[in-house]
Amino acid sequence: MSQTPISDIYLEPERYELHSDGSPHCSKMARRQFFKVLGGGIVVLFTTTSALAQRRQGGRGNRRAGGETPAELSAWLHVGEEGTVTVYTGKAEVGQNIRTSLTQVVAEELPTPLDSIRLVMGDTDLTPYDRGTFGSRTTPTMAPQLRKAAAAARQLLITLAAEQWNVEGDSIVVADGKVSHRKTDQSLDFGQLTKGQKLMKTIGEDVLTTPAERWQIAGRSVPKVDAREMVTGRHHYSSDIQRDGMLHGKVLRPSAFSSSLISLNIQKAETMKGVTVVREDDFIGLVAPNEHLADRAIEAIEAQWNHPSQPSHEELFDYLKQHPVETRGWGGRSNHRQGSVEEGLKAADIMLEGSYTLAYIAHAPLEPRAAVAEWEAGKLTVWTGTQRPFGVRGQLAEAFGISEERVRVIMPDTGSGYGGKHTGEAAVEATRLAKAVGKPVKLVWTREEEFTWAYFRPAGLIEIQSSVKADGRLATWEYHNYNSGGSAIRTPYQVPHQKVQFHPADSPLRQGSYRALASTANVFARETHMDELANALKMDPLEFRLKNLKDARLKAVLEAAAERLGWEKRKSESHRGIGIAGGVEKGGYMATCAEVQVDPKSSEVKITRLVAAFECGAIINPDGLMNQIEGSIIMGMGGALSEAIEFENGVIKNPRFSDYRVPRFSHIPPIETVLLNRRDLPSAGGGETPIVAIAPSIGNAIFDATGVRHRSLPMRPNEGKT
Amino acid sequence: MQKRMTLHVNDGQYRIESDTARSLLNVLRNELSLTGSKYGCGEGQCGACTVLIDGRPRRSCITPVGAVAEKRIKTIESMEKNGQLHPLQEAFVEREAMQCGYCTAGMIMSGVALLEKNQNPSENEIVRSMNGNICRCGTYPRIVDAIRQAAEMMRGDAK
Ligand code: FES
Ligand code: FES
Repeated sequence: MSQTPISDIYLEPERYELHSDGSPHCSKMARRQFFKVLGGGIVVLFTTTSALAQRRQGGRGNRRAGGETPAELSAWLHVGEEGTVTVYTGKAEVGQNIRTSLTQVVAEELPTPLDSIRLVMGDTDLTPYDRGTFGSRTTPTMAPQLRKAAAAARQLLITLAAEQWNVEGDSIVVADGKVSHRKTDQSLDFGQLTKGQKLMKTIGEDVLTTPAERWQIAGRSVPKVDAREMVTGRHHYSSDIQRDGMLHGKVLRPSAFSSSLISLNIQKAETMKGVTVVREDDFIGLVAPNEHLADRAIEAIEAQWNHPSQPSHEELFDYLKQHPVETRGWGGRSNHRQGSVEEGLKAADIMLEGSYTLAYIAHAPLEPRAAVAEWEAGKLTVWTGTQRPFGVRGQLAEAFGISEERVRVIMPDTGSGYGGKHTGEAAVEATRLAKAVGKPVKLVWTREEEFTWAYFRPAGLIEIQSSVKADGRLATWEYHNYNSGGSAIRTPYQVPHQKVQFHPADSPLRQGSYRALASTANVFARETHMDELANALKMDPLEFRLKNLKDARLKAVLEAAAERLGWEKRKSESHRGIGIAGGVEKGGYMATCAEVQVDPKSSEVKITRLVAAFECGAIINPDGLMNQIEGSIIMGMGGALSEAIEFENGVIKNPRFSDYRVPRFSHIPPIETVLLNRRDLPSAGGGETPIVAIAPSIGNAIFDATGVRHRSLPMRPNEGKT
Repeated sequence: MQKRMTLHVNDGQYRIESDTARSLLNVLRNELSLTGSKYGCGEGQCGACTVLIDGRPRRSCITPVGAVAEKRIKTIESMEKNGQLHPLQEAFVEREAMQCGYCTAGMIMSGVALLEKNQNPSENEIVRSMNGNICRCGTYPRIVDAIRQAAEMMRGDAK
């Protein structure tokens, strides 16, 4: 099928994230546009010569030949004559609250009320090029850039005021949207200072900004800037966009993956009033004046498909192990050897083997993929919820053979993504239909389409062979991960002899990024195995971890979570258990403790308490961060306990919320969160890492309570119990 | 079956002609431009499309429009009155009981329905009556808090 090709970039999501697409460059359009859209005032352009920093951070082999990287426009900011500050960034808001946290960092450097700052985000005509919103990179990379642009604007305002008033710059104060000189009692609004002229300043990396210890606005909990739009239903998501003359589109889906069409009868659909069927090769879609009619028309199409036989979830893990694929040089990043496992084993006292599996799971963002496409005079505009608006622009330009300059992708803050909206399927489909019928077309995927034709978090099989000495020190660690990925694959524990390997496999389902990528899989396997080792040694699981750990930041979160739970005071009671797990990913440190209770009669397991400790450097918005941590934990509970994609012969068997069980109100135990604020360290993102330790902490607690060890996700601990 | 009917939505009356089997959600969003109610599943499982019909929370995605002519329909758009948020909306803002906000309208409508029949719901009662609403972003604990806070505010106002 042409509509959702299984592209090999999805075979290993980490690799995909690093590669991303296209060469970084200034958006020419953005440069041209800002002269048009702006009146007088101050424009600060932030250019960076380390545009590839994001890539270098991630790994290696990304540097372009030639060494020198061009200066790249990566953010810009406009102080208008009314004193409003408009900030332009290619990042996208998907519920992770960066619209608010980025507003805060701007207000920190350019002190003005938060409601006079507006962020224009993810609009390929208006904002500088951005590779995409993933990998928790907004806080460590975009926040400092906006901070610098804002600081430069402040500097410029001070210089202007000093000239006008003929006073020393350092006697001038900028606060609350005003520039003032106390001694001479003069004060002007930001806008008044520029007197209608347009002042442009280009800045680079070397602008000084306020250190975290002195933050006034950043570092505090401020309310979500667009909360009012959300609670009133006024915010327009992509699926809410209306255009004049707009029609509603639908695409005919094959009965299974990798199908080919054998017969097609569109007669009935075509005779329905207002319906136009569009057929281009294997793409069959239609438009209708409303969704209801579009649905009925698509049902009226008779099609027969042929598809090869395909593996099912039952045989998945054997299949993954038996179907390796070429690593194309990238597997190396995840492979690690140290010492000699064979040698190390000779001096070990206890040996242990374990094999761990994780099912495919779906992101299931509550807003499914949606797009509105409109062609006008050879120029295409598409509104769509995506974490990579520029990537989707490229995808559209390629699909329709036009230059990127003639494509504009606008990303209205979307009904979330969790790593699941990196691609532009709905955008391409809506555009194809709009082009064929010469009208704007809206296309909203159904829940079933979202569950079937989007991509999944990779399933994985992880095999560990380890050994310890009788005194509790790790001796050897051999670790093989099939398919799930390389994120956090290296153990943070001290082990002299290691062999760690990632084995990419031929995934039967389309797979891609997911919140925190494979670190959830790797932390689950590792932290479960660590618990098994502690048990074999008859050692306290926390003590065993601390004994083998040097990383002070990871130790700190483990200790903080344990302390809040009351780990030391725990008594071994029957029917009650506690468990702990920790992990490091994307600059964040997470530890989770779980407490479970077992019903003595039904032996049903109930999670009674969760405690999380998280550290990600200097915190920008504590309440916003808490919200992300709670959300990650709750999402993580789904993958840990109940979520699994079932499939057979190219068909998803449970593409509905009634069959695919996600966490609901009644599943949520009390959650306590401890934030460790390290103002001395740069800020890292917090929307992903807090998901990593929840599953093993629950599994370890269940073991503590029942002696039953769960090595597969989802654990479904109550399956078959009443 | 195509039929003419009158819909009473919020404080307005709308004469429409529609297939009676068409979902209320679809009519609200496409014909009346009331896009605050959201599509999340189309099978009554997520609550994103919740509206009040004669005061009861109903999933508009599985409610045929033909069944609600002549009934009182309230959507999220009617909750703010003269620039004044409903106490539950206010509590959602204050507790930041949302991330992407896509579930929010449905959560608020379900919550309002609960508060209208129970001024002092216990945590259990909240969980029970909200369990049909999914927040994929996982803001459940905050939503529970917001409902409690709104209940308190509303009781205070009533005194
Ligand atoms: S859209 Fe109606 S319940 Fe999900
Ligand atoms: S806030 Fe995103 S689904 Fe609830």
